[in-house]
Amino acid sequence: MRHHTVLETWLRGLAIAVIVLFFMFPIFWIVLMSFQTNETILRSPPSMAFVPTISNYEAIFAGRLDSNVASMDIKFLGNLGNSIILSVGSVAVALLLGVPAAYAFARHKFRGSEDIAFTLLSFRFAPPLLVLLPLTTYFQALGIADTYFGLIWVYQLICLPLILWIVRGYFEDIPADIEHAYRTAGHGWFATFRKIALPLAMPGIAAAGLLAFIFAWNNFIFALVLASADKQPVTVGALAFVTASGIQYGQIAAAVVLSIAPTLMLALYAQRYLVEGLSLGAVKG
Amino acid sequence: MNWGENYVNFLSDPDFWNTLQVSLVYAGLTVVLELLLGLGMALLLVRRTRLNNFISVMLLMPLMTAPALAALMFKLMTNPNFGILSYFMQVLGFENFRWGSDPSTALLTVLMVDIWVYTPFMMILLLAGLRSLPTQPFEAAALDGVPRWQQFWRITLPMLMPYVLTASLFRLLDSIQQFDIIYALTQGGPGDTLMVFQVEAYLNFFQSTNIGRSTALLIILWAITFVLSNLFIKNWLRLRERARGEI
Repeated sequence: MRHHTVLETWLRGLAIAVIVLFFMFPIFWIVLMSFQTNETILRSPPSMAFVPTISNYEAIFAGRLDSNVASMDIKFLGNLGNSIILSVGSVAVALLLGVPAAYAFARHKFRGSEDIAFTLLSFRFAPPLLVLLPLTTYFQALGIADTYFGLIWVYQLICLPLILWIVRGYFEDIPADIEHAYRTAGHGWFATFRKIALPLAMPGIAAAGLLAFIFAWNNFIFALVLASADKQPVTVGALAFVTASGIQYGQIAAAVVLSIAPTLMLALYAQRYLVEGLSLGAVKG
Repeated sequence: MNWGENYVNFLSDPDFWNTLQVSLVYAGLTVVLELLLGLGMALLLVRRTRLNNFISVMLLMPLMTAPALAALMFKLMTNPNFGILSYFMQVLGFENFRWGSDPSTALLTVLMVDIWVYTPFMMILLLAGLRSLPTQPFEAAALDGVPRWQQFWRITLPMLMPYVLTASLFRLLDSIQQFDIIYALTQGGPGDTLMVFQVEAYLNFFQSTNIGRSTALLIILWAITFVLSNLFIKNWLRLRERARGEI
């Protein structure tokens, strides 16, 4: 088709190499750091020749770090647990509420239904602090400050609009005739939803759920404002870890690797599902 | 107690104008740079070869990294004692290049992190756009011997415009509210070089307990995002209709 000169091919290859280097290098480097002791990290000039050690990960999983100077507690495992509870819990609640709502918005147009859908979407775009700062007061009054329940509730601001809008698109793509045919065969609307619509929209539900999980996991500001020390997820915990330990660079790197590994694995494993959600529905899956 | 006092005070408050300026500069620069880089990357990877597909999957990884943790990674890499990026600058002849802790390079540092995290988003959307373009105009142009750079300006770019617009507005909407990267990297510092809306509001609320000023800042930010989100949604729905209609 197109004719490329040799020089052109080389330049394209070089550009792609530079791009891959820029975007992959930080992850590569942080993984390397997590297998080093502070002595090899602090060497100058930096070098990739070192004997790998898993002591940083051991310290995190053991929950304490003993060095010749002092020993300190590392509570990072708790942060990982919190991230799992918050993300899984939020996505479960959002699917439970969002999928039926998406179906309703897709199939039953009523007065103001578009307005309600857009209002829900608009939460995604309002400054998070505008919602979070007043909530600090209300959470105290309601007695749900410092609970997973309260945080999962607020995390719906991230998960629910996402699931609602992605899944709604999938429901709208199912031809209404199929559902009509099933209903004229004498089945109720709930059976139609469960037996016909739900299975057909499953790829969309999976994509939306994955994306919601990743956004919940990566969220920082919600928990920074609302979560107390023992409910903080990895994003907030890693930062607190830096403040607390200061110079334990190897352990910090290991903590970062453990924190980003779940979302990166998910992304690589399920990239086909993610691309449509990420490209705002601008492509067909 | 005076109604609207917080807003009237903003008029003569240099810190407020600094916040507005820093936020707009940050949002504008991130969107323009990420758009140019993302478009370049999409054009390089547009052919569906096995290698290109593999690379675009790898490039999803920064986007899947929590922005706050990405900032932490770059903080380690720009550490003056052992940071690999500090070492590179030293090799290039910049002694004492202090990245985020120097007012003259702090913006550059947070921009680098933002570009690292969000350029793949631009790339994905523009790649989807490029791959959805009809092939006939290009075949006709090739038959007529239209040079390739002219094809790009006359055919590719105009047809890609809805995608460019939607992606840019979405990023602009997010970027003007940036908090995670800036807070994790410099907490708005050094001094007030990076005091964007949400960081300033957060510090006002929790550190100086100036709740009135903090919420007034957020209301003004909300007004900005309200206008932007309306523009975005309009463009997005049109794009979505097209994507669904074409199949």
